[in-house]
Amino acid sequence: MSTEMKQVFGRSAGLTDVPFSFCPGCTHGNIMRLIAEVLEELEIIDNTIGISPVGCAGFSQNFFNCDFIGAAHGRAQAVGIGVKRSLPDRMVFTYQGDGDIAAIGTQHAIHAAARGENITSIMVNNAIFGMTGGQMAPTTLEGMKTATSPYGKDTGKDGFPIDMPRLLSQLSGAAYVAAVSVDSPKEIAKAKKAIKKAFQVQQAGLGFAFVSVLSTCPTNWGLSPVESLKWLRENMMPVYQMGELKVSEEVAKL
Amino acid sequence: MKPERILLKGNEIIGEASIQAGCKLFFGYPITPSTEVVEYLSGQYPNRGGDMVQAEDEIGAINMCYGAACTGNRVMTASSSPGVSLKQEGISYAAAVELPIVVVNVNRCGPGLGGLGPAQSDYYQSTRGGGHGDYRTIVLAPSKAQELYDFTMDAFDLADKHRNPVILHTDGFLGQTMEPVVLKPRPEAPVVDRSWVVDGAKGRDKRVLASYSLTNEIGEANNLKWEAKYKHIEETEQRWEEYYTEDAEYLLVSYGTTGRICKSTVLNARAKGLKVGLIRPITLWPFPKKAFAPLIDQVKGIMTVELNTGQMIEDVQLAVECKKPVYLYRRQGGMLPTEHEILDDLMLKFNLTDEEA
Repeated sequence: MSTEMKQVFGRSAGLTDVPFSFCPGCTHGNIMRLIAEVLEELEIIDNTIGISPVGCAGFSQNFFNCDFIGAAHGRAQAVGIGVKRSLPDRMVFTYQGDGDIAAIGTQHAIHAAARGENITSIMVNNAIFGMTGGQMAPTTLEGMKTATSPYGKDTGKDGFPIDMPRLLSQLSGAAYVAAVSVDSPKEIAKAKKAIKKAFQVQQAGLGFAFVSVLSTCPTNWGLSPVESLKWLRENMMPVYQMGELKVSEEVAKL
Repeated sequence: MKPERILLKGNEIIGEASIQAGCKLFFGYPITPSTEVVEYLSGQYPNRGGDMVQAEDEIGAINMCYGAACTGNRVMTASSSPGVSLKQEGISYAAAVELPIVVVNVNRCGPGLGGLGPAQSDYYQSTRGGGHGDYRTIVLAPSKAQELYDFTMDAFDLADKHRNPVILHTDGFLGQTMEPVVLKPRPEAPVVDRSWVVDGAKGRDKRVLASYSLTNEIGEANNLKWEAKYKHIEETEQRWEEYYTEDAEYLLVSYGTTGRICKSTVLNARAKGLKVGLIRPITLWPFPKKAFAPLIDQVKGIMTVELNTGQMIEDVQLAVECKKPVYLYRRQGGMLPTEHEILDDLMLKFNLTDEEA
């Protein structure tokens, strides 16, 4: 009897062997794994340059198995545009949090989309600033308690959540915009499909591709990992428009 | 073939020199009095194979430079004082990742919105790092058209050689003046180390260009590494021009536009029999301290001529270890001094008369 074992599942070649350093239950790792799988499947690991700013997203520099650049808070897309304009035949993606892309770096997101910059941007939306300890973000939901909205986010004073994908989908240069989640296997499958398409859009030179991924932050939400997934489903998914929000005619033909 | 001699506006000269230096990437944002740089390149690039973005703002522009520089290709941005203030975050990050970027600052006066006239009020900002953290940028100060051309080329070579941002510190007067310039061909590009660039990990291990220090020990080691580089640059790259210094009893110190005006002041003084000389710093950082050492004992007094409240004067006082009196003559707010008023003030400060000759 043969005792030979066949490996059917393993670490994606798109990831290094550095162990993830995220808090228990955080879904950053899931999202990174999906991107890594896409890099592997499209065979672009050694032709890709990733850019991440500060915040929890910044750790990705050590986890992805491709060249990486650390950018200042909010500036990943501007840096990515510089890379892409310099090396148009390389693949460029940014991996940013919602605090990064929807607050301090909003202008770069809007103009990258308006100019149709041929890069792929992934935004991880957990409705708070994670690394600094759970402060209110522009994506924080109405009434949500955070370190800087201890009595709940008051829309009269703090404003309303910004739905970045919906905003960017209005711009002509945005070729592909999707909003997905990683709260369940079914949603994870959809998320991977969207992320893959966002890279294929860039490969085909069709313009700006943006995927927002709803993510959990059990540590700063003060919930267990399982409760966090449920909270995301029940509170975030009704507020943020989900699905493919923009598929240009050329992208539809892919 | 004899190099072409043509008439161009100062800012256009910078644009042309950057192309001749092999820079085909520009990211900028329009601001007076620097705008001709971005305008010139937007006209030239389509026919000469460059790519540029008129960015959403100065912050976007400098961060695009940061990204392009990470790939090892030459890149430039140009702006004027308030715009350069906005770029400081990016310049600090570029200094930390040791990126060769050429930043042109066509100085206008400040603070605040200020005005469009020439100024040197960004001397501290250019020579002390400008942004957060302890770093330095190499700063070149041209004083005429040909130097705008030559120093732009030098700026790229220095940036590559030392893996460091370089500031071309010019002003609204130089930027807007039309003068003849010889379009010298690019000297042979120095061979530079590219073993650090991020361009896709084909056939090699992945690389990361980032500046976060996870521990204080790493942070200190990084600071020591940069400090050693800055010391080396200070030792090897000081540049200046001397004008009638051999027998000078009184020394003018001035750079850029006022450095040029001071040459006329020196000639006028000499005609009166006054032994006046000029040191014109070309590198503002590293400051040309070496120029002063042989003259400290010889001169009776020194006067800096600046377009600010007196910024470079501190570097001069340090360079002469306060052994000789150092005075300031300055105009501000976009005003330029005449060669005559500089001489009048020098004579007043040092009690000189025409008869002394």
